[in-house]
Amino acid sequence: MSALLLALLLVPLVGAAICGVMAHRENLDRAARAVGLGFSAVSLVLVAVVWSLFSTSPDTARFQGRISVEWIPAFGVSFALGLDGIALTMIALLSVLVPIVLVFAAADKLPPGRTGAGFTALMLTTQGILVGVFAATDVFLFYVLFEAMLIPMYFLIGRFGGPRRQYAAVKFFLYSFLGGLIMLASVIGLFVASEARYGQGTFDWTALQGMAAELPLSTQIWLFLGFFAAFAIKAPLVPFHTWLPDAGAEAPIAGSIILLGLLDKVGTFGFLRYALPLFPAASRELAPLVLTLAVIGVLYGALLAAAQTDLKRFVAYTSIAHFGFIALGIFAFSTQSIAGSALYMVNHGISTAMLFLVVGLLIRRGGTADMTAYGGVGRAAPLLAGMFLVAGLSTIALPGTNSFISEFLVLLGSFPRQPAFTVIATVGIVFAALYMLWVFQRTMTGPLRGTAVVGDGPGAASAATLGGHDSGSDTSDDSWMRRTTARFGDLTRGEVALLTPLVALILVLGFFPGPVLEVLDPTVAATLSEVGVTDPVTPNGVAR
Amino acid sequence: MSLVTAAAPLPEVLPAEGAAGAAWLLVALPALGALVLFVGGRRTDRWGHVLGVATVVASFVVAVVLFAGSLGLPEEERVRDLGIYDWIAVGALNVEFGLRIDPLSLTFALLITGVGSLIHIYSVGYMSHDPNRRKFFAQLNLFVAAMLVLVLGNGFVTLYLGWEGVGLASYLLIGFYTGRSSAGSAAKKAFLMNRVGDVGLALAIFLLFVELGTTQYAEVFARAGEISPGTLTAITLLLLLGACGKSGQFPLQAWLPDAMEGPTPVSALIHAATMVTAGVYLIARSNPLYNLAPVGQLVVTIIGAITLLIGAIIGCAYDDIKKVLAYSTVSQIGYMMLAVGLGPVGYAAALAHLLTHGFFKAGLFLGAGSVMHGMADETDMRRFGGLWRHMPVTFWTFTAGFLALIGFPFLSGFYTKDLIIEASLTAGPVAGWIFGIATLGAAGLTAFYMSRLMLMTFFGPERWKDLHPRRIDGADLEDPPEHYHPHESVASMTAPMVLLAIGSVGAGAFLVGGERLGHYLEASIGVPVEPHDLPAAFPVGLVPYFATLVMLIGAGLAYVLVGRREVPVERPQRVSLPVRAARADLFANTINEGVIARPGIWLSRALVYLDNRGVDGVVNGIAALLGGSSGRLRRTQTGFVRSYALTILGGSVVLVAALLVVGGAG
Repeated sequence: MSALLLALLLVPLVGAAICGVMAHRENLDRAARAVGLGFSAVSLVLVAVVWSLFSTSPDTARFQGRISVEWIPAFGVSFALGLDGIALTMIALLSVLVPIVLVFAAADKLPPGRTGAGFTALMLTTQGILVGVFAATDVFLFYVLFEAMLIPMYFLIGRFGGPRRQYAAVKFFLYSFLGGLIMLASVIGLFVASEARYGQGTFDWTALQGMAAELPLSTQIWLFLGFFAAFAIKAPLVPFHTWLPDAGAEAPIAGSIILLGLLDKVGTFGFLRYALPLFPAASRELAPLVLTLAVIGVLYGALLAAAQTDLKRFVAYTSIAHFGFIALGIFAFSTQSIAGSALYMVNHGISTAMLFLVVGLLIRRGGTADMTAYGGVGRAAPLLAGMFLVAGLSTIALPGTNSFISEFLVLLGSFPRQPAFTVIATVGIVFAALYMLWVFQRTMTGPLRGTAVVGDGPGAASAATLGGHDSGSDTSDDSWMRRTTARFGDLTRGEVALLTPLVALILVLGFFPGPVLEVLDPTVAATLSEVGVTDPVTPNGVAR
Repeated sequence: MSLVTAAAPLPEVLPAEGAAGAAWLLVALPALGALVLFVGGRRTDRWGHVLGVATVVASFVVAVVLFAGSLGLPEEERVRDLGIYDWIAVGALNVEFGLRIDPLSLTFALLITGVGSLIHIYSVGYMSHDPNRRKFFAQLNLFVAAMLVLVLGNGFVTLYLGWEGVGLASYLLIGFYTGRSSAGSAAKKAFLMNRVGDVGLALAIFLLFVELGTTQYAEVFARAGEISPGTLTAITLLLLLGACGKSGQFPLQAWLPDAMEGPTPVSALIHAATMVTAGVYLIARSNPLYNLAPVGQLVVTIIGAITLLIGAIIGCAYDDIKKVLAYSTVSQIGYMMLAVGLGPVGYAAALAHLLTHGFFKAGLFLGAGSVMHGMADETDMRRFGGLWRHMPVTFWTFTAGFLALIGFPFLSGFYTKDLIIEASLTAGPVAGWIFGIATLGAAGLTAFYMSRLMLMTFFGPERWKDLHPRRIDGADLEDPPEHYHPHESVASMTAPMVLLAIGSVGAGAFLVGGERLGHYLEASIGVPVEPHDLPAAFPVGLVPYFATLVMLIGAGLAYVLVGRREVPVERPQRVSLPVRAARADLFANTINEGVIARPGIWLSRALVYLDNRGVDGVVNGIAALLGGSSGRLRRTQTGFVRSYALTILGGSVVLVAALLVVGGAG
């Protein structure tokens, strides 16, 4: 399995290099996209093989397929990789989403001077680095890759993004980089502490975890906070979130999917892999703080999502609410809540990807992300509206969709230990329904209006008045008027085929989450024992 | 509450075998129908309605077979679980996806698939002009499948799956006429108010998990006694919150009348006969919990009493035929709620009324739909009048439903409503009087508003003769004709109406006579307690006479106030305060608007301001400070990045140093 793991890391990077070379020849652009897609397909096959070989026995919870090569012997740094259940599911999600995203992006109009080959190379670079981030078992290697993944994403936003892409890219980079630097301080702190403990410093995760119980609480708290800063910015917890709506709105759709669906998960993944096992006492001590931020995020994100008029910012704010749920589950310390959070990370990736893709398909037709320019889309494009609804229902965790399982597990698992926080977060499910159905109603149902109006019949004129009535502006804008008469078709066969795998995942994981939960279970159990807590609820109810 | 609840031992839950092993077909058939019609899309337009009807009828046949099988079993062997697979298994939690086959679930399955079949058949004709008929049948099939999961699930989480599933189907079908803005708003309102209730249901499930480590009915009910009384009260109240959302009970009743935006068959099936009774099902199903929680029971009863009065009062003021029926539904479910809150003396009464109500209210809605079908989709009763001559089948079947609803002697409602009134008298020395007067008084109001509806619609002068039909805003309708041409509906529509009318007439006597239903349900809800055996506010034997008396008073009053006067086509604006209040839904929407909606919007806007100026403002402000002036921030980005990065680096060096000190100390 080690070889396969190494291949998972290298295949996208090799693909990226080839695409990068091809980017210099304009006539190779289409070929480069095809090559990139081919490499991502190979990754998908590889991950399927690894998944089938992965053992779900509790003895092999941490890690399988280990590789370790000395890198900087003077500081005990090695290039060490290994898989646990959570890392594997994240890599699997990555490998599923990248090909879909590449196919979607192939139809995107690129900004002047940019090539599809360059875009593909950046996507595959991100994929390769992310595999490394999830698979790293050396804390220093993790740090290096954590910072390195900013680079391709910075260029994805800054080169291929919307009108304010420069501002968004710089903001994204600085936020993440700042968090990373604070984490570096803690990484070094860990090394120093391990030197004191073992006589020789190390960055090896297993060794560091082995001494976690002996670290004094005050040291743990300082080191925890360093990691926390990086992860709370990455998986944005309120109030460290303000870079996300800008980045999510300005990045191209494909970039937003990778950013919100995967890159941000490194934050919650980091909580699970680093914050909890390496600083168990600090995690227990500071849990109320994190839980407070998490629950604020659930409500704050939902209320702000309801108030957005930009479709992409809307999706970004819904994600802030979802990250709140994930953090709640992680810091509630129970088998169900942590398994729920780990599963939530996968499910949120799927549903957000679906939502962004549908929004992207809508924007391609209407030419703007402004919600107020749409209305009654369901009449012009019923399939598109249907897909929007499926994505929306998955986002609000309707039972029968994938997200229900994870949200239910998070809330059910958090309730026994943290009833107050859980009750507040549960109220969030009403807000979720509010923001999603409101957007659906405004854009998809009702009389046809806005950019959805087909042809230039009398409907176009009344559409302008109606749209103007809702948005309170834009009616005088000549270009907007022209857009109202633009043709507006339903999803093509190809577009439906692109969304089908995600719809299938949403439904299948809604009814059969077992295979994923089985892979997660041993790692969840290991995490819980590393934190040093036992489940509050036994099969017979709460221990009395 | 002076209810003595002898906690009878629950019958053992046996595994399903034989024909019961095929119970999954009940759910699978309509689910498959929905899947084929959704995925098949326009390709299935030509035969979609046939498939839609066929799956539900087939499901009904399965239900009948299972029911017959259950009748052949000795009573203590009638409760069976069909485990299908482990749905969510994590640590101590194991949620099994399975079906509970017992008298209670089979009774509901028969109602859902039986009335469901009739309404599917009716819809073939009713929706024949709609280009989206196939989509309608897909959504209707989805509803039937979800509703069957709700009542057949063998645990609270499977119930929750069906619970939100019917919520989705209801959302889709209320908003079916996507061209109307009002339909979209009504659909959203219904889903949101339901989700408020769902929070209660979810929290109840969490509490059960904490207390017992399981959410499956079999274990929860067997071990209900282990839960502390305080927690049990909390659980029952939270379940009630869920029931209020789904069943349109106070204070979550305001969505149900708006739900009439959906096509009329939807109103009949979902918002009268089946889905809205799910709250009653939930409480009846959880009877082992409620039997141990007297406070929870009392609150259920009070909520029921408030709702049945609210519904009946508002029903008197509306001119829209569907809205009158909707408020009537709110009121009648209030009766059922009140009855299930009374415990063993009321369970069978509530369920008997639920079944007969399913027949006559579905019949009334289909009748209203038939009237609308013949009257260019008009719903304003002021524009009707004298229709009995033009649509005789509709008139006679509607009359059967009307008489059944107001409790005309020996028709369905007479038996089942009397059972509830009788049970309510036994609620205690004071409570018995209060609930007795409430149920009797509302029976009089019911007779009033229903007689008013009959008189305005079918009798009196033909007010529509000189009027032009109105275009219903945005709906998928052809342009309205010049004049109203009331006519009888096609046979595929009238046949279901006739069958439901037969049920409205005879079901009450059949179910209540010889306590057939009560005895059949014993395995699920315990041995029924006779109101005659309990101390009552006044002699229970007088109830039929009192009920008939108030019914006659109500109907007579309607005749004097409506039948003998001329009904103005335009709605009178100068009306007394009570009428005004009733027309405004007793201010329920105003309160929702003022207390929840507006403050919510203000909060949301305030947060946007905070997020832009506050949180992000602080960030950008710091950035500006670090990078120099804010002007430079905008003008020269490269310089800004460099200086900012330098600042970060400087800061982090300090941090690293600090940590080295700490690490060294550790």
